[in-house]
Amino acid sequence: MMMRTIVSALFVGACAVAVVLALVPLAFVLFFVVSQGVQSLNADFFLHNPRPVGEAGGGMANAIVGTLMLTGLAAAMAVPIGILSGVYLSEFRGTRFSSAVRFAADTLNGVPSIVIGVFAYAAVVLPLGHFSTLAGGFALGVMMIPIIARTTEELLLLVPHALREGALALGATRARAVFTVIVPAALPGIITGVVLALARIAGETAPLLFTSFNNAFFSTSLTQPISSITVQVFTYAISPYEDWHRQAWAGALVLVTIVLICSMAARLAAARVARIRGQL
Amino acid sequence: MRSTDLGFRVGIGVFAAALLLIVVAIGVSLANDSSLSLQRFGLNFWRTSDWNPVAGEFGALPFIWGTLYSSVLALLIATPVALGIAVFISELCPSMLRAPLIFLTELLAAIPSIVYGLWGIFVLVPAVRKFELMIGAAPLGVGMLAGALILAVMVVPFTSAVAREVLKTVPMTQREAAYALGATRFEAIRAAMFYARTGIIGAVMLGFGRALGETMAVTMVIGNNPQVSLSLFAPQYTMAAVLANEFTEAANALYLSALIEIGLVLFIITLAVNVLSRGLIWSMARS
Repeated sequence: MMMRTIVSALFVGACAVAVVLALVPLAFVLFFVVSQGVQSLNADFFLHNPRPVGEAGGGMANAIVGTLMLTGLAAAMAVPIGILSGVYLSEFRGTRFSSAVRFAADTLNGVPSIVIGVFAYAAVVLPLGHFSTLAGGFALGVMMIPIIARTTEELLLLVPHALREGALALGATRARAVFTVIVPAALPGIITGVVLALARIAGETAPLLFTSFNNAFFSTSLTQPISSITVQVFTYAISPYEDWHRQAWAGALVLVTIVLICSMAARLAAARVARIRGQL
Repeated sequence: MRSTDLGFRVGIGVFAAALLLIVVAIGVSLANDSSLSLQRFGLNFWRTSDWNPVAGEFGALPFIWGTLYSSVLALLIATPVALGIAVFISELCPSMLRAPLIFLTELLAAIPSIVYGLWGIFVLVPAVRKFELMIGAAPLGVGMLAGALILAVMVVPFTSAVAREVLKTVPMTQREAAYALGATRFEAIRAAMFYARTGIIGAVMLGFGRALGETMAVTMVIGNNPQVSLSLFAPQYTMAAVLANEFTEAANALYLSALIEIGLVLFIITLAVNVLSRGLIWSMARS
C-alpha cells in the first residue's frame, strides 16, 4: 500500500517537473530575446535600411515593409480560399468530396514549410525566371489556406442550429442564410483565426529563402526580390559581425512581440466570444 | 435542391477544390522537377554518402540519416516531457492554472523557428561547447546534440496539445472505475492513458512529423556537415537544412533536380507520418 502511494506521488511530481522543463527554455528564449533585443532596438531600426558592415546604425525598414507586403499578399490569397473552403467543409459535411478536402487541408498543414518553398520555386520562380515578392507571398499563402479553412469550419459548426433554421424558414436561399446569418455569427472567431494565422506566417523563414529571397535595398515591387524580417535575421545571425548580430536580436524581438500581441489579442477575443455565448 | 443552392454549392466547391488541387500540385511538381536526378541516379541517390555537387557527386544518405536521427533523438527527449505536461494540465493541475499553462505551451509553439535558431547559435551552442570541453569531446558546440535539443523544445508543444485533446476524450467513468477499485492517482491516470493509447501514439507521431520538417533552427545549430555518424557531438546535416543552405546555390540543372528530389522525399515521408498519425487519432476519437 505504502509503495503504491509513493509511486503515485513520484508520478505526480514527475509531471510537474515536465511542465517546468518545458517552461525553462521558453523563459530562457524570451529573456535573451528581450534583454539582447532591447539594447539594439531604436527608432533607426524602423526608419533606416541596412548599412554595410563597419558602418554603424542602420535598420530593417525595408525588411519590415517586405514582411508586411508578403503577409498581405498571402492573406489576399488565403483568406478567400480558406474561408470559402471552410464554409464548404461545414455546410456539406459527410460527402466524399468534403472528406477529401478536409484530409488535404490536414495534410497541407503537416507539409514542412521548406517543401512549400520548393513548390513555390517550381510554380512561380521558375516560370517568372527570378525571385520575387509574388513567389514569397504565394508560398506563405499556401501555408495559410489550410489553417484558415479548418478554423472556419470548426467555428461555423459552433453556430447554433436555430439561427440557420430561422433564416431558412423565412425563405432565404442557402447562400443567403450562410453569408448573412451563419458566417456573421462566427465572424469574430474567424477573424481571430486569421490573425493567428498571420502571426504564424509572419515568422516563417524557410519558404522565403528561395522565393522572395532578400534585398539590401528598399523595394515595393511585386516582381523583384524583397527583404523580410525573418530572412534578414537569418542572414545577420550566421554572419561573423557583432553589429549584425545586434540587428538580428532586434529583429527577433520585433518578431516575438508580433507573435505575443497576436496570441494575447486572440485569447482575449476568444474569451469575449465565450462570454457572449454564455449570455445567449 | 434549388438551382440557386446548387450554384452556391458549386461556387464554394471551386475554392475547396483549389485546396485539394494544391496538395496534388505539390506532389506532381516536385516529382516532375526532380525527374532528371531520379533517372540519373535511381536508388543509388539514397544509398551513397558522397555529396560533392562541384564534382557531380550526389549521395543523399547523410541527409536522410541526419533528419531521421535528429528527429528520433528529439522524440526521445520530448515525448516524456510532452506527455507529462498533457497529464499535468488535463488531470492534475488546479483549474485556475489550466488556462495560463495552456497559453504558455501554445506560446512555445508560436515562437518562430528563426528565433529559436538565433537563440541556439548564441546561447545553446556555447553551452554545449562548455559541456563538450568538460567531458573531453571536440568542443565544436554545433552538432547533433544541439540540433536534437532545440528540436525537442519545438516539438513538445505539438505533442502535448494533441495528447491533451486525446486525454479529454477518455470517458470520466474510466477514471471513476479505477478510483472505485481503490486505485491511486497514478494507477487511475495509467488506466486512462492505456484507454487512450492509440491517440497518444498518434500525438507522438504528429510530433515526429513536425521534427522531420523543421528547418531554420536545426540548420543553424546542427553543423551542416554531410556525414553518417552515430556520434552526438558530430556536426551533421538534415534534408531540410541542405535545401535551406544550397537551393539558391544550385548552379546547374542536375544539382537543382537533386535538391528537389530531396524535397520530394521529405514531402513523401512527412505525408506518410502525418496520414498515419491522423488515422490513429481519428480512430481513437471515433471509438
